[in-house]
Amino acid sequence: MAQIVLDQLNAKFTGGEILESGTTHGDEWARIRRDAWVAVATFLRDDPATKMEMFTDLTSVDRLGIHGGNPDAPRFDVVVHLYSVSHKHRVRLYCGVNEDDAWVDTLVNVWAGADWYEREAYDLYGVRFKGHPDLRRILMYPEFVGHPLRKDYPKEKRQPLVRRNAGTRE
Amino acid sequence: MGALDWVTTKLTDATNWARKWSLFQYPFVTACCGMEFMSVAAPKYDIARFGAEFPRFSPRQADLLIIVGTITERQGPALRRIYDQMCEPKWVVAFGVCASTGGFYQNYSTMPGADQVVPVDVYIPGCPPRPEQVLDGLMMLQERIQRGEGHSQITIKAEAGYDVPLAAIRPIGHKAETP
Repeated sequence: MAQIVLDQLNAKFTGGEILESGTTHGDEWARIRRDAWVAVATFLRDDPATKMEMFTDLTSVDRLGIHGGNPDAPRFDVVVHLYSVSHKHRVRLYCGVNEDDAWVDTLVNVWAGADWYEREAYDLYGVRFKGHPDLRRILMYPEFVGHPLRKDYPKEKRQPLVRRNAGTRE
Repeated sequence: MGALDWVTTKLTDATNWARKWSLFQYPFVTACCGMEFMSVAAPKYDIARFGAEFPRFSPRQADLLIIVGTITERQGPALRRIYDQMCEPKWVVAFGVCASTGGFYQNYSTMPGADQVVPVDVYIPGCPPRPEQVLDGLMMLQERIQRGEGHSQITIKAEAGYDVPLAAIRPIGHKAETP
């Protein structure tokens, strides 16, 4: 459907910035090297043939224990969904980051809408976004310790802010 | 029992009768149960028949806190503060399974029941509960108010020096037993 996007990417970035690309279930995706993350995003937004004006989604995936046959695969994927209102096509970008240096560059300067999505990914997965203007938790409270959607976070571990005094009537 | 005690008892009965028919509710609505709450409040099921039709959007003017929907850990301090702001005597109803127990949410963010932070007098199960269940719960609460067994009525009594063992609280259920 949007093979042209991948063609443009592969033609423009020939230095190995596009690690992998393909089509799954009719949707195009590309895996980007971390140092080219912002450059690829800016190119996709500005190139007249791709024109990804619309930032649809940003999230993260914890692949702890799911490495798909490659034990060296990075633990987290940062996933971005883009849409072109002009050309009506979509593309999905991945950027793999390891647990010990889980960061990518922020996309806030490319699409302002990335702001809260990056805060959410930081809050729930602990991936940091370098250059983000205000990287605070957005869903959990500041007192919360850890990142709840990481697969090694105990799924029922609660961190209560307030509780009644046990054994009282009030 | 002296004559004064008899008068006081009758006066409490009358006060509690008045209280149970003029509940001023504060709906703490956080989730989808709110739709059923609206249904109960609207003319078809008409909570006004029980004297509880007037939602006050300030806890300072309410004596019945209805917790409608899922309570997250993050909302805990806000809920507690709202409860603390209400005047005594006050009553609390947990509306739906989420407010009662956390419901089907069993995770890092959801509080396992609003009674973790505020005392609850009546739990209404259901996901969401049908309006009839809510009215049933309200009638149970009225019965409890009439008996003076709301949590805050008991606290007031205990603070006034009466001995109120927890075991004295009877199970509620408005069906009278037939001999």
